[in-house]
Amino acid sequence: MGYVLDGQSFDGLLSQLSKEYLIYAPVRISGKGAYSDTDLVAYGQISSLDEIEYNEKSRFSPKELIYPITQTLFYFTEDEYKEPAVSQKSIIIFCRPCDVHAFRRLDEIFLKNGDFRDSYYEAIRRKTVFFILECAGSFENCFCVSMGTNRVEGYAALLRPGEGQVTCDVDEHFAPLFARYGKPAGMTPRFIEENSISVILPEEIDKNIFDHQMWQEYSSRCTACGRCTVSCPTCSCFTMQDIFYEDNPRCGERRRVWASCMVDGFTELAGGHGFRKDNGSRMRFKVMHKIYDFRKRFGYDMCVGCGRCDDVCPEYISFSGCVNKVSSLAGEVKKDD
Amino acid sequence: MDINTKKIIKNAYRVTKKRGVTALRIRVPGGRLDVGCLDVIKNIAETFGDGTVHITTRQGFEVPGIPMAKIPQVNEAVAPLLAGMESAIGVEIADLNHGYPAAGTRNVSACIGNSVCTFASYNTTDLARKIERLIYPNDFHVKIAVTGCPNDCIKAHMQDIGVIGMVLPVYDATRCIGCEACVKNCLKVSSGALNMSNYKVKRDHQRCLGCGECVLKCPTSAWTRGEKYYRLVIMGRTGKRNPRLARTFARWISEEAVLKITANMYGFIEKHIDRSLPKEHVGYIVDRAGLPVFREEALQGVGLGPLGRVEDYIPFGGYENR
Repeated sequence: MGYVLDGQSFDGLLSQLSKEYLIYAPVRISGKGAYSDTDLVAYGQISSLDEIEYNEKSRFSPKELIYPITQTLFYFTEDEYKEPAVSQKSIIIFCRPCDVHAFRRLDEIFLKNGDFRDSYYEAIRRKTVFFILECAGSFENCFCVSMGTNRVEGYAALLRPGEGQVTCDVDEHFAPLFARYGKPAGMTPRFIEENSISVILPEEIDKNIFDHQMWQEYSSRCTACGRCTVSCPTCSCFTMQDIFYEDNPRCGERRRVWASCMVDGFTELAGGHGFRKDNGSRMRFKVMHKIYDFRKRFGYDMCVGCGRCDDVCPEYISFSGCVNKVSSLAGEVKKDD
Repeated sequence: MDINTKKIIKNAYRVTKKRGVTALRIRVPGGRLDVGCLDVIKNIAETFGDGTVHITTRQGFEVPGIPMAKIPQVNEAVAPLLAGMESAIGVEIADLNHGYPAAGTRNVSACIGNSVCTFASYNTTDLARKIERLIYPNDFHVKIAVTGCPNDCIKAHMQDIGVIGMVLPVYDATRCIGCEACVKNCLKVSSGALNMSNYKVKRDHQRCLGCGECVLKCPTSAWTRGEKYYRLVIMGRTGKRNPRLARTFARWISEEAVLKITANMYGFIEKHIDRSLPKEHVGYIVDRAGLPVFREEALQGVGLGPLGRVEDYIPFGGYENR
């Protein structure tokens, strides 16, 4: 059902929703960019339409809202432990179609990967509703069309921000509320049908490509900073940390914290052995996981084509460029075999 | 030929090897200019000079080969530069048709700053222009430069006052993935102010230079930029008598404090300069009067804020054979 809301009505709607929901959207945080006098576009809580940064892609994905960077799993004292409280409120996340597809991948990892369901992830995930921000145009480095993540169906709400108003397509659950704040309007969702970048995904990859010299270039270019993986909406690796409080080491907490296959230490074993010491190997592992290995296990590709990895790489390494290189080599390598 | 050399020197000309021929120094506050000014400079060099310009170490231009007799016409030709690079930024110059009103206080130079550079913590062009507005025109022999970060690309350490940009890094431990990129980098390229503790980062403020490297290295924006601050290095100099690098006088101070201390330094010179000499460079005045006197006068009315720190004693070093 379609509705149109002016800015004030939309803020009223948000105010009403905030009684039941924590509401997050991409926001512009002034002066918090890494470079001096630049802004950071990242997820934050909002209470008005104006706060939503609609015209720029967020540097970080919304995954941190459901799967926090640092998450305390439990606190422990000498003979007891206790899980931290979880907010009673549900969550609304304003995000792009590709981001919703990314959560499907995270669901796969945390909830459907074998018999085990990750209760910490599930506790927040099941209370989460997505309000889709319709993309007015493809951003730089996006290749959602190639990854089939440009369209989304079955959403709670899809919003098209315009001059001082928002046009929305809303499901049955939210329709009465939107009807109260807005006027009925025709709304046919528009999805991105073309990106300036497209990738060709390799069907089959011969293992010989693992040793191909193409990865050497990345060994010299990549600095293993990890930006690509922390900005990726689908990366889900974490590590565990047991903290003993400085003032009283008899108490502490167990945390899980994001990890990155690009960063030093990820494959480090006792004695200093590591499986992927050179950065080209890390790049290979990451790329293969996103466009091949995940597919072998779950039947579809992990990468959603948001292009954030390319946006944030300080060395201007292109993930999509690398995928296309792999695809063009996939045939050749096999022929040589 | 009757030329008052004292007068033309204050007008930014100099006595050259060739009798009757002078050279003009053109100021470029902050080292940044509209390219339209280059056309004016080119025209002066072609019309009055020898068709060349020399780029000075202070980021100005020197136009050689000008006949001293042409000074009045050159001064008229300079008017658009005074208007465009001095009046336009708020420097008060009464008559634009008489050339530069003073040359003792040198051009305020600046690194390219945060409009371009990833390391710079502030807009150096803007600050250089604010300082120019504060101190020019002035006959006292003073050299000031501003640089965006402790890399000090402008060589603030060779100035009477060198302003070095700092940023207070702000840490959000919940965003930290413990990759240690900041810790390793700080030890390698900066001051080793960061350490890991319980998988998170601890910053030693006493060691921190405010270079912002941790912010630049952080993949998750756990480190972000807080308030802008400045470090003031003072009384660096070249010259044959006793050259030395500037040393830190104040750190973690505000832009307002930088400007106030700079203004106060001129009051100090006014009060203590040896007027029996043709000129006395500020560093030698401080040597004579002593740092405690300079410190007290420079800090008059200066708000240091909660983080501001000023040195009580500075071991300047320099030549020891005097």
